[in-house]
Formats: sequence, structure tokens, C-alpha cells
Amino acid sequence: MAKLTIDGIEVEVPDGTTILNAARQIGGEVVPPAMCYYSSLKETGGKCRVCLVKVAQGSGKDPRPMPKLVASCRTPVADGMVVQNITSPEVLEARKGVVEFLLLNHPLDCPICDQAGECDLQNLAYEHGAAHTRYEEDRRTFDKIDIGDKIKLHMTRCILCYRCTYVANQLTDNRVHGVLGRGDKSEISTYIEKAIDNDFSGNMIDVCPVGALTDKTFRFKSRVWFTKPMDAHRDCPKCSGKVVLWMKGEEVLRVSARKDQYGEVKEYICNECRYDHKNVKDWTVEGPRHIDHHSVISQNHYEKIDLQKLKKEVERQLVFQKGKQLPEPNNALNG
Amino acid sequence: MGRKLLLEHINEPGIQTFEVYRKKGGYSSVEKALKTMKPDDVTEEVKKSGLRGRGGAGFPAGMKWSFIDKKSEKPRYLVCNADESEPGTFKDRYLMEKIPHILIEGMITSSYALGAKTSYIYIRGEYMYIVRILEKAIEEAYANGFLGKNILGTDYSLDLYVHPGAGAYICGEETALLESLEGKRGNPRLKPPFPAIAGLYACPTVVNNVETIAAVVPIINMGGDEYSKIGVGKSTGTKLISASGHINKPGVYEIELGLPVEEFIFSEEYCGGIWKDRRMKAVVAGGSSVPILPANLILTTAKGEPRLMTYESLADGGFATGTMLGSGGFIVLDETASIVENLYTFARFYHHESCGQCSPCREGTGWMEKILHRLQNGHGKKEDIDILVDVAKKIEGNTICPLGDAAAWPVASAVRHFRKEFEEAALVHAHKELVA
Ligand SMILES: Cc1cc2nc3c(=O)[nH]c(=O)nc-3n(C[C@H](O)[C@H](O)[C@H](O)COP(=O)(O)O)c2cc1C
Ligand code: SF4
Ligand code: SF4
Ligand code: FES
Repeated sequence: MAKLTIDGIEVEVPDGTTILNAARQIGGEVVPPAMCYYSSLKETGGKCRVCLVKVAQGSGKDPRPMPKLVASCRTPVADGMVVQNITSPEVLEARKGVVEFLLLNHPLDCPICDQAGECDLQNLAYEHGAAHTRYEEDRRTFDKIDIGDKIKLHMTRCILCYRCTYVANQLTDNRVHGVLGRGDKSEISTYIEKAIDNDFSGNMIDVCPVGALTDKTFRFKSRVWFTKPMDAHRDCPKCSGKVVLWMKGEEVLRVSARKDQYGEVKEYICNECRYDHKNVKDWTVEGPRHIDHHSVISQNHYEKIDLQKLKKEVERQLVFQKGKQLPEPNNALNG
Repeated sequence: MGRKLLLEHINEPGIQTFEVYRKKGGYSSVEKALKTMKPDDVTEEVKKSGLRGRGGAGFPAGMKWSFIDKKSEKPRYLVCNADESEPGTFKDRYLMEKIPHILIEGMITSSYALGAKTSYIYIRGEYMYIVRILEKAIEEAYANGFLGKNILGTDYSLDLYVHPGAGAYICGEETALLESLEGKRGNPRLKPPFPAIAGLYACPTVVNNVETIAAVVPIINMGGDEYSKIGVGKSTGTKLISASGHINKPGVYEIELGLPVEEFIFSEEYCGGIWKDRRMKAVVAGGSSVPILPANLILTTAKGEPRLMTYESLADGGFATGTMLGSGGFIVLDETASIVENLYTFARFYHHESCGQCSPCREGTGWMEKILHRLQNGHGKKEDIDILVDVAKKIEGNTICPLGDAAAWPVASAVRHFRKEFEEAALVHAHKELVA
């Protein structure tokens, strides 16, 4: 086990845990954002650089600070480590830079993007981006293409996080898609249009942090916050069959895998569940899905609120805002 | 005359062949090492020599070797980095072309020290003619019992292969090189693990530059202590410098580390001074990725001491007034050269060569190029200069591999030392606006 502090909050985690996952155990603002890391996919992370943090003390044994900011998603903790996320102006400045870079070639076309309301980049842009861009050059553009019969690629929006390529590598047979080209000319693609044809391809849509890969059976059907997400399951011979039904009235507009609070799928679903069962009768509906209160999807979405939990969260926020640094270990607050 | 250790026999007719090379004392380091030394003794000599990596970063070679995971049961590999793609650097090519056997000899002795049974020379695809030269030399080494099974009758066996890359600067970065050698896209890996623990095919691996490996030959022949007496301080031995630009005698020179920069540029033995009797304006001392220095700062440090050709002296003053020895690509610019234009050329290169894995480098290198393109063509504004420096700052230190830094450092230093030129370039735009 290793004990470390992140923004002044102490946490104890098993050796080998990354700084990001240690922060996730604390929760709240000390958790760095992540666009490319995906815990259920092996080897992801390290690419987008939004999760950069400062290691002000390497470990108890070696108190030297690390010379550069590190990608928290790929850096393991050490006993006695001192990490700064939002308490480091250097980190916030670097992160603002990364967000600016990510937005150079990513149009903020949220009003017409299917991912709006579920997009990490949208949140990041809101939290870290400057309202005005300093970039006055031409942006790169692409035609939209069908990379499979059910997936449309809007390459313009891709931030090259590589998550979909890891899905293709790790979850599907006969991988036919990947990254072509180099630098800012690189693109996600298939050599032959509509080449993606396998039972788990739909998961690429779920892992895409932006609206680059879209579900052709759902595109433009509705804004996500006008839908009602319901947990549901069915007996499926290929996958866990545990899904979220995104409903409008009695109509199932979209079926997706269930994501945790960091937007990650832990149990992937097959294409049959995703595309072929759009009838509510096909499913055992469990009830409304819990949606984080700060998400736009929670609009018009009523759920029983755990008042105790809410109170604690408000208290935590108050302490946090006061010093931008929590004085007590998190466990005392979370109970 | 400085001592020559690598290029001593360069002018010997037929030195490319095994026969002549051997007659001139070639392969004696292999004999000495395999017959009289244990592998660890060889590493020990390299440590004593103080040899630092000649590929750019200057990491102590012996120390790097000693990091190799000896407990691992997996095979170990030595990989020679002959990708040589840094603009301004062309010394490895010269060595391999003129005296290929010194690299083969170094590979055998070094592989023995590391316990590698298979070794690779990863060479840039553009050097196809050198691939043929190396392959011929390897063939000769096999035929004469220096490669293959039971070398010189000992129980040490080694196979050596040459592997041409497809021509990408990023494949010179050691982990991207390993990916490429494994047949994958040449994207740098995240570290840790370092190659010494999990390198080629996830096995313990050492990646060294051509010149580093060649330097092992004189080190074993003369002994590490003797080698360490050449040079100044922690910069020991000789170094190949690729000298180019506005000098009278461009070329590859072997210098003893510690030579004053002024002597290197102006003496007849080396660069022979600035061409056409012009004045020197600036120097990029270690290949295009290091900070550029104006004439006064390259000749003397901020403290007023003469600048020497050593890792330490060139770096004196940090990035404010110093630079780096890097890979030894010494580019001299005369008074007529445009800093903006040269910087634009560098920026174009780094933009083109970024692998695109991490956002600051992928997006930032392109942005810098575009701003410089505008400045260079009279469309830039004064505000662009600060944006340019800020973009460089946001890339530096925030990327997976040092290509991002390599793209950023020249920008920050060029603006620091030559800001007026950038402002003048921006004035052209302001003038156009006024006239319109
Ligand atoms: C973008 C990039 C390109 C590089 N290109 C080369 C190269 O062409 N040749 C080389 O020897 N080292 C190159 N390096 C340095 C290698 O990563 C590595 O440090 C070197 O091969 C180690 O050898 P040495 O310790 O003998 O110097 C490059 C590094 C970077 C970041
Ligand atoms: S398409 Fe989406 S998941 Fe794939 S690399 Fe681009 S942004 Fe990432
Ligand atoms: S710094 Fe540039 S070249 Fe290096 S990994 Fe990142 S994108 Fe690739
Ligand atoms: S989430 Fe860590 S670098 Fe992308």
C-alpha cells in the first residue's frame, strides 16, 4: 500500500495504482480530467495530456519533485508522494494550454453534435478554455464517412485519443481500422469504407469522448437531455446484456452500455443489444439511471435524492472553495 | 592537431574492407574483450571512460548499460540507433560510409558486454546505400569468424542484422525506434518501463547511437582510464561534429572535447572561418533541436569565459544564455541569414515529423509553423510573436517524447535573442495595412 496526498488530501491505495485512480478514490475536484485514458482498456492513456499533474514530492524516501508535469493516468503512485492537481497554477496553466490545443482542430459544433451533453471536451472547454480563440489559421476538415453500416465518422471532431483503436484491438476480431498518417494529418479511418463489421464495433461509439463516432440509428433523433435514461437488461448470449435505454415516451431511441461517473464503460455490450432491440418489450427495465447532478442529462430527470450524501457533498464543496484545498482526509467526509 | 580515435584511418585506401581494416589493427577490441575480459569488465571500462551517449541526450553510456535487467530470463538486445534524422547532423552516415567495420566491431564488443545474442542496426531508409555497405561489412565479419557461432573460438555467439526504417525522424526516438523495429507504427512509448527493463519485444534492451558504439572500440583498446583523460571534466573523449552552414569548410570533424568553440569555427584545421569574409551571426550548436545562440554568446559564456566544445560549457547559462551539444550538428549562420526564415524551416520540419500521438505536439507544431509562415511572408502581426513563444512554452515539457521540446526550444531561443527580427517581419504587415 502507498499513502500519498493529492491537493492536500491523504489517500491510501495499493502499490501500482496510478495517480489518476488514486485521485478517483478521493473524488471531487482533485480528480484530473481524462480524455484518452480508459480504465477498462489496457494500455490507454498518456496521449491527450489533459490529466497532467505536478508531483511536488516523488516519495517519502526521495522527496525530490519530478522535473516535469506527469500524465497522472500513467504514473504510478509512491509512498509519501505529494501531488498537486488544481492547487498548482502550473498545472492549470498547462491544462488550459492542452484544452486550447485540443480545440484548434475540433469545431465547437455542439449545437449540432450528437455528443452534446455527454462530451468531456465540452466540459473541459467550459472549465478551462478561454472564451476567445487565438487561432486564426485554417482548420482541417474532412468529409463524413460510414466506417461501418451503423457507424458514421465525423473525423473533424476526432481528438485522436486512440480509444476506439484500443477497442478494435482488444474487443474485436479482424481489426480493420486505425490511425493513418502522422502529426496533425493523422486520422482515424478504415482503408475501405463501411469495412467495420463485427459484433462489438458499437463499443467504439461509447468510448469516443467526443462526437466523432456516431450511432447511425440514433443520429439527430433527439438531444440527449430530452431523453429519459433507464437501466435495463436482457438475457444475451454474447454480452452481459446490461444497458441503458434512452427513451422518449415509450420509444427507445438509443441503446448504450452503462457508463460510470467518469464516463467509462465497465461492461461492453454487443451490437445485437445495441441496434436490434429498440423495443421496450425486449427488455427488463430496472428503473431510472442515476445521472450526476452536474450533467445536463439530469435536466428534467427526477430521481430520489440521498439527502445525507448531498449534505456531505455541499459541506465538502464549502470547505474546498474556502481554501481551494481540503484540509481533512476525504474518508472523514465521505463516511 | 587533435587526437583522432574514430577517424584515425579514414584516409587509408580500402579501409572499408575487412582486410585493410584488420591490417590497421581493426577488431582488436573484440579479441581483447572476448579472450581476456568478462562481460562486466567491458562495461566497467566503458563506465571508467566517462563516455556519454553521442545521439543527443548525452547520458553516460556505461551507466545505461548497467541498468540492463540481468535478472530477466528473456534475451537481451543491443540496438544501434543509426536513424540520424536530426537536421544538421550527418556524422553517423560519414562514419558508416567510410569506415563501416568500426561500427560492426563496436557492436560485437558492446553486445558481448551486454550479453546480447542478437543485435540490430536500425538505419534510416534514406541511407539505403549505406545499408549495402554495412551488409557487406557484416558478411565479411561472419566470413572471418567475428560474427556467428563461437566467435574466435570462444563460447560467445552473436547475430547482427541491419534494419532500414521507412524514413521518419520520430523513429530515431529510442522507443519509437523499437516499435518500428517490431514492425509497428513508429510511435514513442510511454516511459516507464525503460528499454533496459522492457525494450525490444518487451526484453531488456540498450539503444545506443552509432558514434557511441564505435567509441567503445578505442575505449577497450586503450582502457577506460586512458580515454577519460581526453576531454574536459565530464565531457571525455572525442566527438564527431557535423559542421555546416556559412563556413569555409563544411564537413565532419573529430574533435577532442574541450576545444574552444572559437578555434573550431575559425581555425584552418576545422571550419576555416566564415565564408565570403562575412561576419558570423548565429550558431545552432547541437542539431536543429537545441537553442540557437547569437555570435557573442556562442564564443563566450555569459560570465565572459571562452565557450568550449563540451556538454557543460555549451549548456552554461541554461536556456537563457546557453545551448546544448546535442548530437553535434553545428550549423553556422552568417550576417545575411534570416533567423525568421531559418526558424520557419525548422518549424516546418517538426510539424511534418510529429507522430501526432499527444495533443500539444500534434497541434502545437502546426500552429507554430503557420504563425512563422505568416511572419516570413509579411502577413504576421506583432502579437503573433508572443503567441508563438507561448505556444512553444505550452508544448515544452508537456509531451510524451522530447520531439515536442525539440520543436519548442529553437522558437523560444530565437525570439529571445533575435526579437527585433521578428518585430521587423511583423512590421511588413503593419505597413501593408497602412498603405491599404
Ligand atoms: C525525436 C527524436 C529523434 C531522435 N533521433 C535520433 C537519431 O536519429 N539518432 C540517435 O542516435 N538518437 C536519436 N534520438 C535520441 C534517442 O532517443 C536516444 O537517446 C539515443 O539513441 C540514445 O543513444 P546514446 O545514449 O548512445 O546517445 C532522438 C530522440 C528524439 C526525441
Ligand atoms: S474517433 Fe473518437 S475514440 Fe477514436 S480516436 Fe477519435 S476521438 Fe478518440
Ligand atoms: S511529442 Fe510529438 S512526436 Fe513525441 S509522442 Fe508526442 S506527438 Fe509524438
Ligand atoms: S488521460 Fe492522461 S494523458 Fe490522456
